[in-house]
Amino acid sequence: MLADKDRIFTNVYGFQPWNLKAAQARGDWDNTKDLMARGQDAIIEEVKASGLRGRGGAGFPTGLKWSFMPKEPRADRPSFLVINADESEPGSCKDREIIRHDPHKLIEGALIAGFAMRARAAYIYIRGEFIREAETLFAAVQEAYDAGLLGKNAAKSGYDFDVFVHRGAGAYICGEETAMIESLEGKKGQPRLKPPFPAGAGLYGCPTTVNNVESIAVVPTILRRGAPWFASFGRENNKGTKLFQISGHVNKPCVVEEAMSIPFRELIDKHCGGIRGGWDNLLAVIPGGSSVPLVPAAEIMDAPMDFDGLKALGSGLGTAAAIVMDKSTDIVQAISRISYFYKHESCGQCTPCREGTGWMWRVMERLRTGDADISEIDTLFDVTKQVEGHTICALGDAAAWPIQGLIRHFRPELERRIRENGGVMEAAE
Amino acid sequence: MADAPQIPDEAEVRARWGAFAWTPENAEKAKAVIARYPAGRQRSAVMPLLDLAQRQVGAETQTQGWLPVPVIEYVAAELDMPFIRAYEVATFYTMYNLAPVGRYHVQVCGTTPCLLRGSDDVMAACKNRSMVKGKTTPDGLFTLSEVECMGNCANAPMVQINDDNYEDLDFDSMSRILDDLAAGKQPKTGTQNPQRHMSEPEGGPTTLKAMVDANHDYRSEW
Repeated sequence: MLADKDRIFTNVYGFQPWNLKAAQARGDWDNTKDLMARGQDAIIEEVKASGLRGRGGAGFPTGLKWSFMPKEPRADRPSFLVINADESEPGSCKDREIIRHDPHKLIEGALIAGFAMRARAAYIYIRGEFIREAETLFAAVQEAYDAGLLGKNAAKSGYDFDVFVHRGAGAYICGEETAMIESLEGKKGQPRLKPPFPAGAGLYGCPTTVNNVESIAVVPTILRRGAPWFASFGRENNKGTKLFQISGHVNKPCVVEEAMSIPFRELIDKHCGGIRGGWDNLLAVIPGGSSVPLVPAAEIMDAPMDFDGLKALGSGLGTAAAIVMDKSTDIVQAISRISYFYKHESCGQCTPCREGTGWMWRVMERLRTGDADISEIDTLFDVTKQVEGHTICALGDAAAWPIQGLIRHFRPELERRIRENGGVMEAAE
Repeated sequence: MADAPQIPDEAEVRARWGAFAWTPENAEKAKAVIARYPAGRQRSAVMPLLDLAQRQVGAETQTQGWLPVPVIEYVAAELDMPFIRAYEVATFYTMYNLAPVGRYHVQVCGTTPCLLRGSDDVMAACKNRSMVKGKTTPDGLFTLSEVECMGNCANAPMVQINDDNYEDLDFDSMSRILDDLAAGKQPKTGTQNPQRHMSEPEGGPTTLKAMVDANHDYRSEW
């Protein structure tokens, strides 16, 4: 188990105050100036060497992403850092804990990351429903300004940097980076076609990098303790520590920081008091937030919780939000509810997603009660394949994958319901 | 779209809200919001200003607030943008109420992580008080909505009522919260499980125990 001294988010449970004074006593904002004095390229190299992969779901190497930003931004085209705090993926609840209990880790990270990518300012886009969390974040940013840690000559580094907070208003799609940029510009959050990629033309047409809250908030600690420290956790290509969020049918759901690649069984037994009703009662797990396919009990039990380990099971780490389902779960209803979520959140821009998500949900609801024909399972699978990969952003894929996972692993259950439903009707006749 | 909100733009609405203007306090806030964005990019402020306007309407009507068309027009004019651009923003995002709501907007999360932990019981507690999804109770106190994932999954099931979250709910605790609100009392926010503080495991954290009682600095152990 990860030792407490190696945890980055020491106040994740909010037992202590979030304010600047308390955060500084825990080690935040400690000589930030010296960290920045190492120079922009040295910071990017250190982050690359740490093996940090983006914590928002896709797992793109963070240091590499930063290196795409222009080395000498033009005065009329400043660079921007946008921090994605639009945490809306069902199952995910980690950025909320960072923002409300350790906001200064995020703000210090914003300064260092913004400096490293030569950005003029950072916008933190926080989801609208995080109302109290946004209040904390606004107050924490103000504290940092008042202490001279942001603004002109931020933290006495000689670098001018601003951090602004922007509240969303309830749209899952704004977690997609180009939709987030559109939303920041005051428009509907509909994703843009790529290319151009945000690093070329993003917010206000200027070079922009969008990073997840957790990716940014771990950077100061990585610099303080060194890349080899961070890289000492987890398997090759899956380095570091990670906030795991476990919800559903465990005895004690929680958010906990652990080393990457921790086996699923160890994660649940150590922190969640085991599966409700014991391990034999485990049915399936959605290991990375609602958009990744589910994994049946036998396959997930001893799997390492990391990008490559879960990819090998046909799923993904996503945001490391494990939704655990025991044998009392109506698995078809659980996935159908996710289909409803995507139907609700489709932005309506691309036809396959706008029409497909509603269509898939309606078929899922019929499969839930067994009011269908067995051949419709194949039709549904076929339609998910036609939605997947045929939309501007990944919401179409995210809507398709949970259904594909269900059909792949629970086809006998779907067929059983159809047969039993048919059987009941015959008996009635 | 049978369940799409009916957007009132009638003579009564115009008569009531046609003269909408910021209160002096909100005018200051609006100015500060616009200053967060680069010059010439004031349209970026449309979302925070619509939120501010909704809150002002809420304060005037003793409800969570909503956005009558004349109010959206006012915000669009302030930001020098066409009305339709502000209107499409107001209709795209779910947190803008396009029709009047009650004093308390009860938003029950029904997405899978909450569903697995018993959001149906939370919904049942609301229905037990004669609340109907998408409707306001006759006394104007409660409007019930089922919403999508609110990001409190480790504390599921949960409800957001106006600005506050209530977590780790069951039928009884949800009923108690509604009783308290109806009686004009402020219930305890956050988790309703006496064994929990925030998102740590029930019964106390398995990690970072030194943080419970003191602001522990781990750097000496690095």
